Amino acid sequence: MYLLFILLFPLALGSFLLIAKPKNAFVISLTGSIIEAIIVAYLLIQSSQSANAIAISYPWIPEAGLSFSLWVDGINGILIGLTGLLIPFIIGSTANTDRANNPVYQGLILTMQTALLGSFLAKDAFLFYFFFEASLLPIYFLSAQFGGENRIAITFKFFVYTLFGSLFLLIGLIYVYLRTPGAVGSADIDVLVETARSLPATSQNYLFLAFFIAFAIKMPIFPFHTWQPDTYTTSPAQGSMLLGGIMLKMGTYGVIRLVLPMFPLGMITWGTTVTILSVIGIIYGSIIAIQQKDAKRLIAYSSFAHVGLMSAGILTGSLAGIQGSLYQMLSHGINIVGLFFIIEIIERRTKTRELAQLGGITQASFVLSVAFVVLSLGSIALPLTNGFIGEFLLLKSVFDHDMWIGIIAGITIILGAVYTLRLIQKSMFGNVSRITKEFEDLTSAEKMVLVPLVILVLVGGIFPQTVLNYSAESVEKLTQLLN
Amino acid sequence: MTAIIALSIFGISNLFLGFWLSRKTIQTFTLGFLALSMGLTVADWNHEYLWFGNMFRSTNTSINFSIIIQLAAFFVVEFSNAFGQDDEHTHPAEYYAIMLFSVVGAILMVSFDHLIMLFVGLEILSVSMYVLTGSDKRNLRSNEAAIKYLLMGAFATGILLFGITLVYGATRSFYIANIANAIASTPKESMPTFLYAGILLMLVGMLFKVSAAPFHFWTPDVYDGAPTIFTMFMSTVVKTAGFAALFHVFSGMFGALYATWALPVYFISMLTLVIGNVTAVYQQSMKRMLAYSSISHAGYMLMTISANQSSTTSTILYYSLAYTLATVTAFAIFKIVSEYQTGRVEKPENFQAFEGLAKQNPLLAFCLTISLLSLAGIPLTAGFWGKFFVFADTFHRNITYSIIVAVLMSAVGIYYYFKGIIAAYFKKSEMEVIHIPRLYQVALIMSTLATLVLGIYPTIVKSLF
Repeated sequence: MYLLFILLFPLALGSFLLIAKPKNAFVISLTGSIIEAIIVAYLLIQSSQSANAIAISYPWIPEAGLSFSLWVDGINGILIGLTGLLIPFIIGSTANTDRANNPVYQGLILTMQTALLGSFLAKDAFLFYFFFEASLLPIYFLSAQFGGENRIAITFKFFVYTLFGSLFLLIGLIYVYLRTPGAVGSADIDVLVETARSLPATSQNYLFLAFFIAFAIKMPIFPFHTWQPDTYTTSPAQGSMLLGGIMLKMGTYGVIRLVLPMFPLGMITWGTTVTILSVIGIIYGSIIAIQQKDAKRLIAYSSFAHVGLMSAGILTGSLAGIQGSLYQMLSHGINIVGLFFIIEIIERRTKTRELAQLGGITQASFVLSVAFVVLSLGSIALPLTNGFIGEFLLLKSVFDHDMWIGIIAGITIILGAVYTLRLIQKSMFGNVSRITKEFEDLTSAEKMVLVPLVILVLVGGIFPQTVLNYSAESVEKLTQLLN
Repeated sequence: MTAIIALSIFGISNLFLGFWLSRKTIQTFTLGFLALSMGLTVADWNHEYLWFGNMFRSTNTSINFSIIIQLAAFFVVEFSNAFGQDDEHTHPAEYYAIMLFSVVGAILMVSFDHLIMLFVGLEILSVSMYVLTGSDKRNLRSNEAAIKYLLMGAFATGILLFGITLVYGATRSFYIANIANAIASTPKESMPTFLYAGILLMLVGMLFKVSAAPFHFWTPDVYDGAPTIFTMFMSTVVKTAGFAALFHVFSGMFGALYATWALPVYFISMLTLVIGNVTAVYQQSMKRMLAYSSISHAGYMLMTISANQSSTTSTILYYSLAYTLATVTAFAIFKIVSEYQTGRVEKPENFQAFEGLAKQNPLLAFCLTISLLSLAGIPLTAGFWGKFFVFADTFHRNITYSIIVAVLMSAVGIYYYFKGIIAAYFKKSEMEVIHIPRLYQVALIMSTLATLVLGIYPTIVKSLF
């Protein structure tokens, strides 16, 4: 029952904010998101103690065999946890800005939370699709209304591009769904997986492409990434956090949950190709990130590179690869939200994100410097930070899968260090510039957001076992199906 | 059946009411009449009646379609508030009466069991529409539209009649069931060739009415020229009735010859999708965009007809309802805004006229957004499930090419529908609060809520079968 509450509570609160437009929107949404996070935590504890997945199911469109069914197992539990965890930080990061008490802004963030949670929670494939596409609306309005330069054209491209991709997913799903056994068919993910696995190789090849393109656009994987840097850059900080921190995980989650188990034969045909595309994305994203002048754009490209590695790891279909990618989704979400927030803090004070104009901020704010360095190290995957665990498992899996691809993918560590350290060096160290001369120290509200994130980076790096154990059982079940 | 008698009587009494009642009262009366006739229609639920020498059959399917048609007419009358305030339209009673008569025609089109009944229904509907299109008497565009519609429509009717004649010649009957029997019992080789010619001519005649490409050329001009309130009526009532009739004829009557007519319908559906969507992209005027969007939606509905599944009837029903709700809302908001902007901006019908709508008129902007999203087929709205059911039907028949075309064209569709949303929300202008009557507000909220409810829980309609 509380699954339903978790799903609908943010929507209810968000709709309230959007319709009633109360004055103290910030307090309402922050409190609401913290309550939500507590219930999510309770749910995850429950699910880690129970042997089976927690699930509920109601009839939705019984004539077509669709049901409104939600579940939590080891795989989506991590992403639900990530969503529950990050939204309070995202809302908290608006504190003391003109957006804090903008009910539309907060309402859109909360409705977005429902859409994200819905796609992770759904056990019915069309329910998944429903939320997968519905999530575009709040983020589109958020970014197009409150974004930066040229936002209308850029967010529109984003919308059309991703929607176009998901239409392929829709027809792929319908194709498989029509072949499920029974008079009315079923769209339960387990049933779909079973049906799809028995399809002939030619169908699986086409379906693999249809599904993968949809998720590849969402992640994004090279060469479907052209919407991503612009959208991340032009979105308001919280929009970028939602996009990079949570929404791109819909794509990776879709690959783990649907593409891998459904199309083993398609995987044989296309596996190498898409792995190589992912690896190209790693190298390509990193090289472009090195040359960026805009800090936010740099992080956008770094996210593109990171997600390439996650995808390559998932596509190996190995225990280490999937476990690593799940862990990396969690840490990437935390790191990128922190980094986007730091860029936002700098931009608030200096009105610029140009690396050339920044520098010397370490002298102005100690906490900010420490946070920036720790989060960056997490992003580089230095041992003892959360990024290390995921990246290590991912590289190991890719290396086991194919040595040469593994070696090329391994370059990401070096390139990642280059662009991230360049980011820190240009913005934080060096001489104080004209703009950063009067840089004010962090406010307590900003510290309240940044410090817990920094702690999470370290905790995640030192005690990864809780999370890995949580997902181990479900991932093992999945990999047994794959091999 | 009692509904069509009632509606005819109501229409006539409406004409007389016009002598001594005010405009507003007549509107209220017309709404009451429609509500009453809807009640009478529903009363026939789960009964199968045959009337007029077995030429008219009322079934649950026909009742469902009749309800959608009357619902559309109900909304149109609700939105007709400002209509007839100027000198040109001092007698709106006539127009309301003609609308009620045309609803009778539309109901005949969804419940016929005899080709003459189909023809009579189609003509009642069409002739009423010719008159209503030209009802803005002093407006050149309205006159041009009426003449165009009349000429083209008369041709199409002639072609349809010619087709009916040939089919009659081949099967010696006008009754749907008899024709179907005759076709099924005759071996393929001994079937006269002119039967096929008859089928194709009937197809052409009916496709003209639902504005499928390449018979769509009248649509943009007529939709654009007619007063908005009647464009709204045309694009919903005529479409719904036309598709119900088309499917009844081709699936019910020519079901055995599926192989003959499926291919043309299949290609025409793809052509309609491409022409409707691609041309809509280039439109500057919202009204013309909605006209092309109506062509493109005809393409989706033809897709499901070309699949001819057992679920197709319910798909057409669902799609018509979703499309009707969204189109009515979009046209209504278009009407409000363009009337407000007349005299304020140079081209009150263009997308620019909608800029900054959300700032002062959040309700209008929200309803516009939901209706456009529904037309674009985005989840949370009824339009998404419409597309979903169409794709599912088409896949059942293993037709893949038209689905690929449809997917590509859905993406194109997002482009032009979003022009309206972008203008309303993300552009700045000095638009003030637009005063809208209470009745209007209620109707807008009703249709928008219905779109959302159907989008979240489509079973409500789908389970009627």
